[in-house]
Amino acid sequence: MLRNLWQRLIAPIDPPLMAMAALLLGYALLVLASASPERLGSQALNMVVALVVMRLVAQVPPQKMMRFALPVFVVGVLLLIAVALFGDISKGARRWLNIGFMRIQPSEIMKIAMPLMLAWYFQRHEATLRLREYAVATLLLLLPVGLIAKQPDLGTAILVFAAGCYVIFLAGLSWKVIAGLFVAACASAPLAWAVLRDYQKSRILTLLDPEADPLGKGFHIIQSTIAIGSGGIFGKGWGQGTQAQLEFIPERHTDFIFAVLSEELGLLGITVLMVLYLFLIGRGLMIAANAPTLFTRLLAGSITLIFFTYAFVNMGMVSGILPVVGVPLPFISYGGTALVTLFIGIGILMSIHRHRMLVQN
Amino acid sequence: MEFKDSEDELHQFRRRLTGAGGFVLFAFAVLFARFIWLQVVQHSYYQTRAEDNRISLVPVLPNRGLIIDRNGIVLAHNYSAYTLEITPSKVADLEKTIDELEKVIEIQPKDRKRFKRLLEESRNFESLPIRNRLSDEEVAKFIARRYRFPGVDVKARLFRQYPFNESASHLLGYIGRITDRDLATISDKDMDDNYRGTEHFGKSGLEQKYEFDLHGQTGFEQVEVDSSGRAVRVLSRIPPVAGNNLTLTIDAKLQQVAEQAFGDRRGALVAIDPATGGILALVSMPGFDPNLFVDGIDSQSWDALNNSPDKPMVNRALNGTYPPGSTFKPYMALAALEIGKRTPQQTIFDPGYYNFGGHVFHDDKKGGHGIVNMYKSIVESCDTYYYMLANDLGIDNISGFMRRFGFGQRTGVDIEGESEGVLPSQEWKRKRFKRPDQQRWYAGETISIGIGQGYNAYTPIQLAQAVATLANNGVMYRPHIVKFITDTKTGAAIPIEQKPLRTIPLKPENIEIIKQAMVGVNKEGTGARAFAGAEYVSAGKTGTAQVFSLKGEKYTEGHIKERMRDHALFIAFAPADRPRIALAVLVENGGFGAQAAAPIARQVLDYYLLGKLPKAPAPADETAPEED
Repeated sequence: MLRNLWQRLIAPIDPPLMAMAALLLGYALLVLASASPERLGSQALNMVVALVVMRLVAQVPPQKMMRFALPVFVVGVLLLIAVALFGDISKGARRWLNIGFMRIQPSEIMKIAMPLMLAWYFQRHEATLRLREYAVATLLLLLPVGLIAKQPDLGTAILVFAAGCYVIFLAGLSWKVIAGLFVAACASAPLAWAVLRDYQKSRILTLLDPEADPLGKGFHIIQSTIAIGSGGIFGKGWGQGTQAQLEFIPERHTDFIFAVLSEELGLLGITVLMVLYLFLIGRGLMIAANAPTLFTRLLAGSITLIFFTYAFVNMGMVSGILPVVGVPLPFISYGGTALVTLFIGIGILMSIHRHRMLVQN
Repeated sequence: MEFKDSEDELHQFRRRLTGAGGFVLFAFAVLFARFIWLQVVQHSYYQTRAEDNRISLVPVLPNRGLIIDRNGIVLAHNYSAYTLEITPSKVADLEKTIDELEKVIEIQPKDRKRFKRLLEESRNFESLPIRNRLSDEEVAKFIARRYRFPGVDVKARLFRQYPFNESASHLLGYIGRITDRDLATISDKDMDDNYRGTEHFGKSGLEQKYEFDLHGQTGFEQVEVDSSGRAVRVLSRIPPVAGNNLTLTIDAKLQQVAEQAFGDRRGALVAIDPATGGILALVSMPGFDPNLFVDGIDSQSWDALNNSPDKPMVNRALNGTYPPGSTFKPYMALAALEIGKRTPQQTIFDPGYYNFGGHVFHDDKKGGHGIVNMYKSIVESCDTYYYMLANDLGIDNISGFMRRFGFGQRTGVDIEGESEGVLPSQEWKRKRFKRPDQQRWYAGETISIGIGQGYNAYTPIQLAQAVATLANNGVMYRPHIVKFITDTKTGAAIPIEQKPLRTIPLKPENIEIIKQAMVGVNKEGTGARAFAGAEYVSAGKTGTAQVFSLKGEKYTEGHIKERMRDHALFIAFAPADRPRIALAVLVENGGFGAQAAAPIARQVLDYYLLGKLPKAPAPADETAPEED
């Protein structure tokens, strides 16, 4: 009886994905225990919540997800508009919406809603995929991205934008158009520069020359780079990172936790992390490759590549090769919202994988 | 067909997926290359930077050396107190911060003013005191609210303190906050490292002269700091070595007796132990309170000190130059004996004036002193005798002889900035003036040189050195204030030179004649009233130096403004047969030496030789003889 219950409980769960995720969560707790031990308990709770959500999502069949795609997207966009109009301002950005009993961050919803929406859209027009469909998809993508970038929340905007782009790319947008867009993007770079806020511009300039303002804008990057470099191959040892423990690393439990990991566990620790990511991404891509419908393929591929984007942008910014945007290190950074979003993604992957046969049959 | 389409579609999708996978691998490879660059290739560079971040070398200031008088009385020491300090570079709005602080801790307008001054003078990142000497209560009050004041902190600091305030202020000098000029001095001495963190520097007096002895060796602490610069723990420590203590030849009690003897009169007194050159007392009145300078003096007090007509900041003993008046006469007489221009018995007749080429030089005594020999010329201070003698000796003989006694040369006392004074000579005149007719020495100018007037101008310390040399039978020492320096590390006392500067070749019988005459001054001459009833035999000579020459008028004190009155002088040594103390006293605008200066000398000698403490400042003796 009990065994039966357990069987039913774990049935939707994909063992390889679960194993990768579990290893990453364990790793996260290890690093957090050094970076910010007082937050260990609450992050463990976040993990439990995220796993429960994952399990719930994993049993939802993809057909049902398709039905949610449009309403969730519309609600998400409306909430983003509401944020733009009535949102709370904190730290100079309007990102939160107060809905009485709690505050929500609608841009987070878009991380899932966007690939869901576009995958659904392409599935709907599967038979007649012409340039027009891609153009519509692009417009569907740019509307929420624009709203998020306006808040401003460049990090989330990039992630949502990337998620959409992955869907469009995987849906088969012709290489010619891609090349054309790439050229156009390069050509309009100066225009984009003009649109950027001053603090965003300064972040990019800081990336180019962090030492220009070592105590001001360059401080984060310089200190995290020092932390990584001083870690060496084997690291300074867990809990022994001077940059981390003496608070030279800013945001060391959230966006810059990778610097703590690198300093204390060295290149070896980084390698372990990257291998875990690669296995996770590999498994995700495999699921996508074997997915039965266009919708599930695009969704699975996009979600998997989002995991990659998270990891790449975060590690790139902490090690000083990308500008500082607020992107956490997936599975490792402290924080519940991002974790729940990630595990919704994992849950979707699991569901797609579990239901691949059901559809084919 | 349908099937093939979807088969194609699947293939295309998988190709795209493979491409994406390839991109993932490529991107991770780029990242990994970056990590290898940082962690392997550049590792040692970043390791050094991490260590630099973490470890801060914090200077630990040494205790400044003490200044102690010859009997062990401490004249300058340090005490620890809390200060409230602001680091301007860490505070966005200084005014607002101070306004906020004022609600917690009392800050007076003068504190603000001083802070402003310090801010203008300060070197970059240092923290500056807004309030000194916080009470324990104030410290507790601030600590509880510290989080509200980033960039503001309470610090424990050592403060210099001069327990006797104005007493001996000119000789001790004072310390003040380091300026750029001081930094240049430190750099010249290659002491930059040792002065890291030091905030004060000797500005005058012994504090200045012996700065590098008093300062000590700065220690260092290797401290692990966090990103906000707070010390987390001490890794290693090189303890500071306290500055060396100065033990002075000064007798602090004698110094005070001398200062009190002046009352509120201006002037100077230098008392020397003739056998060593050690200065027993060095007085310049009025004094100032050196404690005012330690925290940075507020502008009100500074203006008051600088604008006072009494010029309290001037060290008159070293920087005031005055004609010696009749205190010059014993040396003139000695010169005459040595050179052979006079014998003790040789007499002149003084009708009350001396006529030189139609120009009449008056004697102070109307009607003259009559028949005068050398003894009488000193005891009664006969001017005519010396007008004649000066003429007979000539300027070259006079200046040549006086130079050996140190007149017109810096004594080399261990305080900076001593004045040279003027020993008139043909050479001096040639250098001093530009026009050829001014450069010539006129024989008539020699006459008043003989009574210590004319171009003669000496510092009180020169007068004291001369009388000490005379008392010591021509063996001359460099006057000095520091007796020995105690090395705090080894405890060894390093004595200051004991060897005589030079010995003036003088015939003992000649010296004896002059000394006897000076004994006569205090027994039956111009100093007799001041020294009536003294329990020791002393030798002295009164002097009065003209400030303004009054042509044709008889000098009457009452009619002239105080500032135009003559300076009163007195030189003395005692006991006469075996001198233990020699001194020179000058009272600015004191009138006659016998009236104003001699009573001060009497109190000083009484205390030094007998331990007698005076009950009141030495009164000006209006009934003392008006000749000098």
